[in-house]
Amino acid sequence: MNEERRLIYHYLRHDKKFPHVWCPGCGNGIVLGSLIRTVHALGLSKDEVVLVSGIGCAGRLPVYVDFNTLHTTHGRALTFATGIKLAKPHLKVIVIMGDGDATAIGGNHLIHAARRNVDLTAIIVNNNIYGMTGGQSSPTTPHGLRASTSPYGHAEHAFDIARLVEAAGASLVARGTIYHVNLLDKLFQRAMEKVGFAVVEVISHCPTHFGKLNFLGDAVESMRWMAEHAVAVERAKKMRPEELQGKFRIGVLVDRDMPDYQSEYEKVRKRAMEGVPYRIDPQEISKMLESHQIY
Amino acid sequence: MGGEEERRPKLIQGNEACAEGAIAAGCRFYAGYPITPSSEIAEVLSYRLPAVGGTFIQMEDEIASLGAVIGASLAGVKAMTATSGPGFSLMQEHIGFACMAEVPCVIVNVMRGGPSTGLPTSPSQGDVQQARWGTHGDHPIIALTPWSVRECFELTVRAFNLSEKYRTPVILLMDEVVGHMRENVVLPDPSSLEIFDRVKPSVPPEWYIPYEDTSFGVPPMAPFGEGYRYHVTGLTHDVRGFPTLREDEIEPFMARLFRKIWSHLDDIQTWDTFQMEDADICIVAYGSVARAAKRAVLEAREKGKKVGLVRLITIWPFCRRAIEEALKGCKVFLVPEMNMGQISREVKRVVRGRGEVLTVSKALGRLLTPNEILEPILEESR
Ligand SMILES: Cc1ncc(C[n+]2csc(CCOP(=O)(O)OP(=O)(O)O)c2C)c(N)n1
Ligand code: SF4
Repeated sequence: MNEERRLIYHYLRHDKKFPHVWCPGCGNGIVLGSLIRTVHALGLSKDEVVLVSGIGCAGRLPVYVDFNTLHTTHGRALTFATGIKLAKPHLKVIVIMGDGDATAIGGNHLIHAARRNVDLTAIIVNNNIYGMTGGQSSPTTPHGLRASTSPYGHAEHAFDIARLVEAAGASLVARGTIYHVNLLDKLFQRAMEKVGFAVVEVISHCPTHFGKLNFLGDAVESMRWMAEHAVAVERAKKMRPEELQGKFRIGVLVDRDMPDYQSEYEKVRKRAMEGVPYRIDPQEISKMLESHQIY
Repeated sequence: MGGEEERRPKLIQGNEACAEGAIAAGCRFYAGYPITPSSEIAEVLSYRLPAVGGTFIQMEDEIASLGAVIGASLAGVKAMTATSGPGFSLMQEHIGFACMAEVPCVIVNVMRGGPSTGLPTSPSQGDVQQARWGTHGDHPIIALTPWSVRECFELTVRAFNLSEKYRTPVILLMDEVVGHMRENVVLPDPSSLEIFDRVKPSVPPEWYIPYEDTSFGVPPMAPFGEGYRYHVTGLTHDVRGFPTLREDEIEPFMARLFRKIWSHLDDIQTWDTFQMEDADICIVAYGSVARAAKRAVLEAREKGKKVGLVRLITIWPFCRRAIEEALKGCKVFLVPEMNMGQISREVKRVVRGRGEVLTVSKALGRLLTPNEILEPILEESR
């Protein structure tokens, strides 16, 4: 066994009967590998990591790894993760979701977790489709393409997940692909190190459904497509808009320091414990309103 | 709470008593979404929980609320949420998750008129069967129905104790009257309360089998982060928590899920009786309706009718024995409810031709009056 495989082996659950549920060529295994390398690189203990997922092919990821693992309900993983993190702030809570899981049924939880800036790492595996249930359209299915429920071409337009969570208030927003694995390791690391809500959108694929329905070839071909269309953010800055046409940016897209939910709630606890009524100076109120730069 | 000062009678609401009961039971996490007539529970806890080092969070909806509650409980903190009809409907999927993954938690439903938005500020008992069968799939459930402000406190404590002991969601079914009514009460001294905390594993992590059967039927529960790494899922699972499709693993799991509740009915079920010793007519009531029913008993007695009351405190699992015992002396049962007849079905199931079951079923958004309850009794003996 080479070193890499030995490392992965150390984190897998051997009492869980393999083989896993994923199709040959699926991107989920690559995401899992990256996740394990990142946890290892950060020196996190298995005991302090909680891996939470929703329902879908991506949602099956936690069961294979030897952390505290929680496979929740479709779309709601972030709500369980919020409860865990607030109850036991020392735990490193990582949430893994599919694109349908995170942005359709779980879209409300996604924007609110971002707005609250709960200290969580959210990994969204975007394969543009509902994999587990057989290739139905998702909120990230591109306009005009086919899905098992869009046989005449998809009439809707897709979410840009990164811009969605940026607008909602996430502290860190990154995008990677299952082709650029070294970058993915780095993005996972940045997200896990970040205090606050950190999102990594992983551009993945589903050769079984999305690939087949849209004549995209096998897993290798679709990864080649990723290689040809992804542009590192650093390089994108130097490119003209025409050159960026049809490409997508990968790397850390947003990184900003904002107080996370726990540290804000700690202030609430302190006030409550001191037992003095919370009064705000009228001048402070106008300052607070002014700094509320939404409009 | 605590100290002489606090032991004096206080004029408080059922909802406030519920919140205080939660704190006394050791609840340190609340997640909820505002809804009439339960919002005071959230308001009191947003004030009280941080002061005792706990956490209050207002979530984006009721689905999220119960998700966060389950997460906190898995991390080892006693947790609860409170809602009313529309929110209770949204919580059903996660009630099933808590049943399946055996996560202790308390769900308070201060019932208001339904279906849908219904009668937001008016009382009802319309969610009794939903509490039993609202989530999909076969599962046992525990639900309790307080009738007074003091009992809102006591049954909240009991709901936590039962949920911790049996690793199950417990539903506290209050109604708008009980939730908003104010009574002058002396709440129990928290130090006098019996508090049950979930059993943690006593074996080292290598030996821990998270869903292993035990003679009691409830496996010890390890909180996340303390060295016992295991898998929790809403999929049907084997004793290690891993998803299974094997009949020889599904069958014992489902059997234990039921056995852990059904073999402890003596501990779980409570009811109260009033003037049942010589009664030949038995009123079966619960929640605020039992208050009017008690009055009806007294008035019937004045008219020379031998009427008694069985007040259900544990509403699920249904107290079959309470009815069986009443059947020894009574041939007529009367079930008044603020719904179209949800518990009378259960009473009929138990009585099964051994007596007559009369009903007063009204979903009008108001409390039943003693006279309305008396009417069928007086007619019966005419
Ligand atoms: C409440 C609910 N609705 C629907 C489903 C069925 N379902 C399971 S997975 C899934 C979609 C999965 O797609 P996605 O989240 O994109 O993940 P993927 O399988 O592609 O990884 C759906 C609709 C469910 N489990 N629960
Ligand atoms: S259906 Fe698609 S997403 Fe699911 S395992 Fe197969 S390839 Fe992966």
